[in-house]
Amino acid sequence: MEYMSKPAKDKDYAPSAAEKRYKRSILIQSSIRFVVCLILSIICLLPLYIILINSTRANSDIIVNGLSVLPSDYFIENLKELNNPEAANGMYTSAYNIFYGYLNSLIVSLGATACAVFFSGLTAYGLTVYDFKLKKAATTFILCVMMVPMQVVSTGFLEFMIQIKLQDSYIPLIIPAIAAPAVVFFMLQYMKSSFPLEIVEAARIDGSGEFMTFLRIALPILKPAFAVQAIFQFVANWNNYYTQSMILLSNDIRMKTMPMMVSAIMSIDTVVDYGVKYMAVLLSILPIIVIYLCLSKFIVKGVALGAVKG
Amino acid sequence: MQNTARKPHKMVSYSKYGYFFILPFFLVYSFFMIYPLINTFVLSFKGNGITSDQFVGLQNYQFLLFGEEGQFSAGAAIQKEFLNCLGNTFILWVGNFVIQLLLSLLLAVWFSDVRVKIKGTGFFKVVMYLPNIITAASVAAIFLMIFGNTKYGAVNSMLLNFGWIKDAFPFINDAWASRILVMIIQSWMWFGNTMLLLMSGIFGIDNSIYEAASIDGSSGLHTFFRITMPILKPIFIYVVITSLIGGLQMFDIPYLLHEGRTIRPTLKTAAVFIYDNFHTAQPNYGYSATASVILFIITAALGVFIYKFNTDSTAPKKAKK
Repeated sequence: MEYMSKPAKDKDYAPSAAEKRYKRSILIQSSIRFVVCLILSIICLLPLYIILINSTRANSDIIVNGLSVLPSDYFIENLKELNNPEAANGMYTSAYNIFYGYLNSLIVSLGATACAVFFSGLTAYGLTVYDFKLKKAATTFILCVMMVPMQVVSTGFLEFMIQIKLQDSYIPLIIPAIAAPAVVFFMLQYMKSSFPLEIVEAARIDGSGEFMTFLRIALPILKPAFAVQAIFQFVANWNNYYTQSMILLSNDIRMKTMPMMVSAIMSIDTVVDYGVKYMAVLLSILPIIVIYLCLSKFIVKGVALGAVKG
Repeated sequence: MQNTARKPHKMVSYSKYGYFFILPFFLVYSFFMIYPLINTFVLSFKGNGITSDQFVGLQNYQFLLFGEEGQFSAGAAIQKEFLNCLGNTFILWVGNFVIQLLLSLLLAVWFSDVRVKIKGTGFFKVVMYLPNIITAASVAAIFLMIFGNTKYGAVNSMLLNFGWIKDAFPFINDAWASRILVMIIQSWMWFGNTMLLLMSGIFGIDNSIYEAASIDGSSGLHTFFRITMPILKPIFIYVVITSLIGGLQMFDIPYLLHEGRTIRPTLKTAAVFIYDNFHTAQPNYGYSATASVILFIITAALGVFIYKFNTDSTAPKKAKK
């Protein structure tokens, strides 16, 4: 916020007619920009608002009029219908199960996030604190592979996982997170700017083992970086439809994750209850939105942080 | 260990610990990324479906890129489909990128403008980033219901009720309507992210440069093209590269934006082609691996090209100084 000091300087000028005209043009420009931003914000929120409102409306209502400004009182009914094993010949409950959806997505996301954050911290620590022959080569390698997308290895990945019988398991969704080049890169940058190497020396003199130094001293210092990356990794893994639907091949509802359930319920086209579908979508995005509302300032800052540093 | 032996007493070498700390990363990376990458290359030389175990040499590459003689041959059909997917990827990426970049550049410049301040910038940033964190599968579902083909789709029902259209417009089934819809959805999801990235670049610019420019009488547009853009170039290139690589992987929205069970052929991207070929009862690993390799080469080439382009054009300027 350094630029805040600038208007103070402006006050030193004597107000003239030109100054007033200038100020008015600034005000007009500012208002125009405000209105444009407001419209864009409405566009950003409108689809979510429609989902929220329509999840409270009965199917018969939605069929007559797809949009409504005000909510109705069918929220609980839609929720019940979605979880009713008898509704629509059990099609809803065989495609969508809130409990398993949340549980499985949570297991996968938390597992992958913990792996990514902890081991990236470990890797970055190893590359920062120690001097060894392959240090430079290892760092360069990590930077180079940062951009390699999952899609280009997915065929070989899936075929390999099926060979070693790891399809329909969460292992291929969680363990690969241990090697997250982008997170390592972020941690490296963070350590470069805010990790004093002398502290490691001091710990050694006090007789701390190397791994203990990492756990007891480095981890607490790296906490802010961990927090930022943890949020982004959690969201990315929660939203990862591609890998999840690639690996989890069986039709067992108890194994599926939330994004897979949403796509499953959307592909039901023989029986259509729009209220139930809107409800299913609403429930799938609710946890992420709640997290976002709680941590929004932090997240918005983190995006830029990642950019400057990555 | 040898080091320790040679320098007894005070000096203890800790270098071996470095290997211990980075070992898990490289073990897991080799197992889950490098081997699958090699495996992908190997699979691209093997057959499809029931002939998956046979070695077919460069046949997959020949089929995908050049097709096969005969109008109804398997090679010709798969070539047509693959080229269609590449074309779709390109169309969808360009459309999405143009909308997204113009919008986010404009907003980034506005939000970091020192002279003209906008009220509620913090709120706007939070709201505009929101679409980016929502599950893409759910986003597809949201837009699928809002722009449904039939009169029960939210937009169609509204337009019908107002009497603006007589029959429901097939937003999802119409080739170009659905493409434009995907472009809009992708932009909707990503413009906030791109804006924040660009803003971080603009905030990095030293304010005194802007002050000097305004003292010299530089206008807003002039300042933008002569000062903001050149300084913003590295982050701009970064945004282009990441968007390009992201665009080539575009999967969730095109794959899920359809009613019923068949994917819209006009929305099939390269990533959908890859996924479709291995995600069947009798997987065509050959085709999907070959497409992966081609995608990999395109991605790498584009990345290197843009990187070179960036460094080449900035190098002489540095030399002049």
